[in-house]
Amino acid sequence: MTNEELKIKISELIPSASYEPDGPNGWVNVNIDPSEWRYLSQQLRHQEQLQFDFLFCLTCVDWKSHLTMVYHFRSTSFRQELVVRAKLDRTNPEIHSASDIWRTAEFHEREVYEMFGVNFINHPDLRLLILPDGWEGKFPMRKDFEDPVNMIKL
Amino acid sequence: MYRETQILEESPLKEAADGFLIINVGPQHPATHGVLHLVITLNGETIIKVEPHLGFIHRSIEKMCESLSYRQFIYVTSRMDYLSAHINNHACALCVEQGLQVEIPDRAKVIRVLMDELTRIASHELWWGAMAMDLGAFTPFFHAFRERETINDIMEETCGARLTMNYMVPGGVMADIHPNFQKRVKDFIQLYKTKVHEYDEMVTGNVIFQSRMKNVGYLSAEDAISYGCTGPVARGSGVICDIRRLYPYEVYDKLEFEEITEPGGDAFARYMVRIREMNQSIRIIEQLIDNIPEGEFQAKTKAVLKLPRGEFYSRVETARGELGVYIVSEGATTPYRIKFRSPGFSNLSALDHMVRGGKIGDLIAAMGTLDLVIPDIDR
Repeated sequence: MTNEELKIKISELIPSASYEPDGPNGWVNVNIDPSEWRYLSQQLRHQEQLQFDFLFCLTCVDWKSHLTMVYHFRSTSFRQELVVRAKLDRTNPEIHSASDIWRTAEFHEREVYEMFGVNFINHPDLRLLILPDGWEGKFPMRKDFEDPVNMIKL
Repeated sequence: MYRETQILEESPLKEAADGFLIINVGPQHPATHGVLHLVITLNGETIIKVEPHLGFIHRSIEKMCESLSYRQFIYVTSRMDYLSAHINNHACALCVEQGLQVEIPDRAKVIRVLMDELTRIASHELWWGAMAMDLGAFTPFFHAFRERETINDIMEETCGARLTMNYMVPGGVMADIHPNFQKRVKDFIQLYKTKVHEYDEMVTGNVIFQSRMKNVGYLSAEDAISYGCTGPVARGSGVICDIRRLYPYEVYDKLEFEEITEPGGDAFARYMVRIREMNQSIRIIEQLIDNIPEGEFQAKTKAVLKLPRGEFYSRVETARGELGVYIVSEGATTPYRIKFRSPGFSNLSALDHMVRGGKIGDLIAAMGTLDLVIPDIDR
């Protein structure tokens, strides 16, 4: 499926999706609202012509006014890539979990939770993964994280 | 204050706590290959659940890179998966070059591929020796390190270091190869070919080894894709996912080599994938070592690099799987956000699924075939 066909297909599912220009790799970039993520994730995985079964990167970027979740998908049968972005409100970031559809999301979402503070609804086991005990609520990867003892600003 | 008591109170493990034994493997353990803490719930000798606890070697590399320049951050990444240090640096250099849109000379491309393949062999050698040692065979470790030391000596002569080589820069490689490089690599290939039969005789054909590895740690192809496994872990279940073949970079599209997949899905299939990958790496090196093109080893780039605004993603095939580098740039001299999609992170999430219902010996065998390097997972 070409990039244009993919964009048409996704716009059929999510009429309010917007697109950024194709990235340097030629991948389609989609922006959606977090409330539509649940429906889109099920369609991306299970629809016949899409079948994006490989979630290879799940991360979050802290733009100072909001957070953005970024998901990178690949379809192993069609060799197609897709990048989905969802803007989250900074004061109460939450989005539906994708861990029942792609099992790899379980660990990745735990990491985003502990580093950025995004609450994943219906995640089976949301707690700290890499940070030690006592770091709940600190969200170190956010841009406004201050630690005068350990952080040196170059 | 230990993590286990918190688990019993907070997590779903509480219901399973009656009559089941919860023990720790690690973080200090010879078989975990790094500081990995596994909390295993056992019913007698059968594993009910395996829960990894990470973070013992978390050094906040992603946050650190936000204050390092584009030339500096590459060298922090060789500490992530230190057994494929060249390949990590290669991924970062490719991402920066994608942003700068600079074309690197052919000589640099071939040198990079040669270094990558030598690193892949060295990494698989260490994996093989350590895997056999986990299962109780101590001798193969020394045989593996005999070859690995030869490669380390070659690296030391050209790159200046044996483990974290810091050789790749955006634009090419840092210095030209040493005049002895080609001869020493050819000698190494001859040495390897005379010794490779030992691997089959000592370990692969060993009856005890085969019975410990066959039908252990089964992972189906759908589960491998769902858990995000890449590299030999996924190829051992029959998934075609070699980045060198699917999305070729540098000169891989001009080389003749096979992508090794095995349909078995158990630990022995993953083992055979890696053993055969070593032979394919030798094949690649043989094709390139006499044909290194003349020319520059580094493209001209500015001293202070600035990537334009945008988001860039590059991926390479390390010895463990697909390493992805995702850079978000705001046009400054330092990256705004870097994410390293490390292969071990996703491979580890499949461990729980693979060993449920097995014994502890199966856990050690399955974990050995996952080839985890914990600094790669914790970053």
